[in-house]
Amino acid sequence: MKILGFLILLAGWAIVLAALVLLAKEGARGVFVFAGVGVEVTGLVLVIRAHMAPSGLGD
Amino acid sequence: MPPSAPTFSDATTVLCIGLILVVPLAIAGLSLINTGLGRSRSAAHMMMSSLGVISVAAIVYFLVGFAWQGYLDSAGYFFTLGGKQWNWLAAERFFLRGLPLDGSAPSLSLWLEMLSVCLAAIIPLGAGADRWRMSAMLLSTMLLAGWTYPLFAHWVWGAGWLSALGANYGLGQGFLDVGGSSTIHCVGGLTALSIAWILGPRRGKYSREGTPMAIPGHNAVYMTFGCLLALMGWIGLNGAGAILFAGVDPGATVLIGVNTLLSAASAGLTAAIITKIRFRKPDVSLSVNGWVGGLVASSAACVYMLPPEAVVVGAIAGGLVTLSIEWFELRLGVDDPGGAVSAHGLGGLWGVLAAGLIGSAANGHGQLLAQIVGIATLLGFVFPLTYGMNWLLDRIHRQRVEQEGERQGMDLFELGAGAYPEFVTHNDESSQRGM
Repeated sequence: MKILGFLILLAGWAIVLAALVLLAKEGARGVFVFAGVGVEVTGLVLVIRAHMAPSGLGD
Repeated sequence: MPPSAPTFSDATTVLCIGLILVVPLAIAGLSLINTGLGRSRSAAHMMMSSLGVISVAAIVYFLVGFAWQGYLDSAGYFFTLGGKQWNWLAAERFFLRGLPLDGSAPSLSLWLEMLSVCLAAIIPLGAGADRWRMSAMLLSTMLLAGWTYPLFAHWVWGAGWLSALGANYGLGQGFLDVGGSSTIHCVGGLTALSIAWILGPRRGKYSREGTPMAIPGHNAVYMTFGCLLALMGWIGLNGAGAILFAGVDPGATVLIGVNTLLSAASAGLTAAIITKIRFRKPDVSLSVNGWVGGLVASSAACVYMLPPEAVVVGAIAGGLVTLSIEWFELRLGVDDPGGAVSAHGLGGLWGVLAAGLIGSAANGHGQLLAQIVGIATLLGFVFPLTYGMNWLLDRIHRQRVEQEGERQGMDLFELGAGAYPEFVTHNDESSQRGM
């Protein structure tokens, strides 16, 4: 889950970069940049949950 | 177009030198804060580690870091995408060869950048306090100072693609961060989170059920004095950054100094008020972290804000840092004794966002979008990069100290002597557990 989370973080960044390069209209570019950030948040949640597993805590 | 390296008058050069001279006080302040927030039995280790980390960061930056970060007019490596040139890495020479150290803008940039990388490298120490081996700390610093920091700082301060978002894609003035909210503090804060996760919590921090135990910092005087030193250092950092990286008029240093102080003050007060309301008395540790969060948040837009806006930015930073520290500890199981993830990571992200929302630079959606692209780059690229490199390092050279090291304390285990030799016994949970 941890690796998947980091891959999704990278994918979100790729969406943000793609929005810059491929979209010329300000509105569409903004929507896709926010969509990329949304994907990053999903990845971040996965990474956080992976580190919250009980085995990750000290005894 | 991203600003090019300015030519300075003698007065501006002297002012810049004066501002850069006080930046080491920010490093000293953070070192004291980290030490005060840690345990007494790791105090000497923390200060010694700070010296070690500064040394390694400066030397690695001299060897390779500056070559990859460069300055505003550096030669760079480009690729073309969608008809636009993306400057992704500087092409300076290793070992500072060919750079005249004569008070010119490039040489002043180098000096400030070298101190900035030392400051960024100090930040993760707070998150790894009481359990991070010194050798691993120094190796991790090599990665930060040699690659992570120079790469991202080039994109922001070295005429890289983030700073060119305005020229290439019409996004305001491009990504703005004159004092290092992102380049120094977010990079350091995200590395701190990586380290906290890779090391795991301190022994005795969490019960088997996951309930956190309070391990208070050992010296409130170090923490608060560190805040005062940090304030002086920050004024130098923000002032010199604004002149060197944003090309602002030296007279703006007054506004920058006022904004930096107001942001820290409102953040510290907000943290103190929140803790007073919640715990009936103001909490020193959280107020200190709130103060630092205010300093961090002030950096990105210190020259673009009016004083009332700086108060608002600082107050939000103080609240954010205070509440998030508890959230990280209680909800997410992140053991970050120095509060580095909240104060530097979240404080920095808020500072970057604030530059797109508040102040004279925030004139339209374009600037906000540029700031969000910068935040997306920090979370989507810098965070996986720094986590991945430190994870690999941990596979090769274990970063966490042995159990005996945590029981004895890092001072005795790694240095052979404590910071406070009159303390001969430790009466805490680890010792009791071992009896």
